Amino acid sequence: MIKKEEVKHIAKLARLGLNEKETATYQKELSLILGYIEKLKKVKLTGVETTSHPFQVENVTRRDEGRPSKQKLLSLAPETKAGFVKVKSILK
Amino acid sequence: MNLTGLTITQAHQGLRKKQFSALELCQACLNKIKEKDRAIHAFLTVNEKSALAQAKKVDSLLAGGKKLPLLAGIPVAIKDNILVEGVKCTAASKILADYVAPYNATVIEKLKKQEAVILGKTNLDEFAMGSSTENSAFGPTRNPHDLSRVPGGSSGGSAAAVASEMAFYALGSDTGGSIRLPASFCGVAGLKPTYGAVSRYGLIAFASSLDQIGPLAKTAEDAQLVFEAIAGEDALDSTSIAPKSKARNIKIKGLRAGIPKEYFVKGIDKNIEKTIKEAIGKYEKMGVKIVEVSLPHTDYALSAYYIINPSEASANLARYDGIKYGYSDRQGKDLMDVYLNSRGKGFGAEVKRRIMLGTYTLSSGYYEAYYLKAQKVRTKVIEDFKKAFKKVDVILTPTSPSLPFKVGEKVNNPLSMYLTDVYTVSVNLVGLPALSLPVGKVGKLPVGLQIIGQPFEEYKILELGKIYEY
Repeated sequence: MIKKEEVKHIAKLARLGLNEKETATYQKELSLILGYIEKLKKVKLTGVETTSHPFQVENVTRRDEGRPSKQKLLSLAPETKAGFVKVKSILK
Repeated sequence: MNLTGLTITQAHQGLRKKQFSALELCQACLNKIKEKDRAIHAFLTVNEKSALAQAKKVDSLLAGGKKLPLLAGIPVAIKDNILVEGVKCTAASKILADYVAPYNATVIEKLKKQEAVILGKTNLDEFAMGSSTENSAFGPTRNPHDLSRVPGGSSGGSAAAVASEMAFYALGSDTGGSIRLPASFCGVAGLKPTYGAVSRYGLIAFASSLDQIGPLAKTAEDAQLVFEAIAGEDALDSTSIAPKSKARNIKIKGLRAGIPKEYFVKGIDKNIEKTIKEAIGKYEKMGVKIVEVSLPHTDYALSAYYIINPSEASANLARYDGIKYGYSDRQGKDLMDVYLNSRGKGFGAEVKRRIMLGTYTLSSGYYEAYYLKAQKVRTKVIEDFKKAFKKVDVILTPTSPSLPFKVGEKVNNPLSMYLTDVYTVSVNLVGLPALSLPVGKVGKLPVGLQIIGQPFEEYKILELGKIYEY
């Protein structure tokens, strides 16, 4: 079973605000899922290369041109000011 | 004539021969939606006005004597994680409940060039995370064959829409079985193309080394027509690949089909096993050579998948921050509060579960034990398939070990839900194309046969699908 503190730490890294009930649920569920995944320990993997992408691919390139208009994208933001996305203050 | 029961080819020919109009086709689908979708809930958005306007446009093109592309005037439903400009795209999440797509996905551009009629957007598990379409923030979709059961997921809305004739075909996405499983549960054909065969530009990213867009249709032939319309390299998706081979005639006689022995062990429903073996027997009678093959890492593939998938998801979903777009909770005192509260309240339980799992397996101290190990197991799974494909042309398996389960049966047991994907995830880890083909029923519940092919050999598995139907 993973520790409650660990669940809280992971939630903070993931920027997820969890309440106490959720924390307890995920503690139980994550432990169960990680327990299942443990079976990977049985596979012999010395000298095996990793795969991050199923095929060797070549980069597809294009001109670096803006696609949807800036105005359109800005209109989706919850708060904007003078053509910028506005956020709460970062510096205290 | 039952218009909504027609295949794409039949509908296309009917339009050309003026047996009916595109407007009538569209109206027939809209009527079906009105009649059935209150109970099934396949659609999150129906664009009646724009669909009817597009149908009228196709009719006027036809009246002008224009020779129209195959998909012109044929009504289609789109999974709600694929962007259609000007239409809401929610990914079935509260965090994108009011998000209006600012551009078209490449697959949508391609359908629009063919003058397709887009009916609306279909339900899914939130961000495509799930196997039952119960994880939608807007309520579950139900299986048209038995309303007390799930349609499979995550493209459950798309599969249910096609199965109940509310749309002629649909687009879905498949990260670990999300096209094939609902196709199997709803009794339609579903194709997961080779990784990179179809552009993913405009698909809401989930697990980028696994995601692929593909068609759900009434028949393998229809699935092929749609696949050919949406496939191809795209400058806007750097992982897209130009097809290496053109479709060609294949000889069924002498074709070698592998049956992986690891797929017919404990855990599989006896009735499914029987139905699948009967289907394999039919192919054998047609002259297909049946060969036993071994995929020894099958048991580990699911574990590797449930590390790689949440890891990539946790990175991809970092973009939902309550700042750029989507749901934003700005009540807190600082920026950190905006992140925590927007994401904490905006995401549903399964999405948070996967973000937590992925963040854990990528975090310092666990990265080597989980993520790195999973990537090595992925290599072993690829080697398994390469070895098998030296002996055979295609591989035949069940799509799912179990029949469509009851709504609510597995929602509180995430692990048992994950196990539903045991036969489908390897295909995504290896990047292969695979078709789920309806081959029978147990009672009123459909059973799907999975036909797995080698990279870019969609034509081969589709040909096998088509021959079964004749």
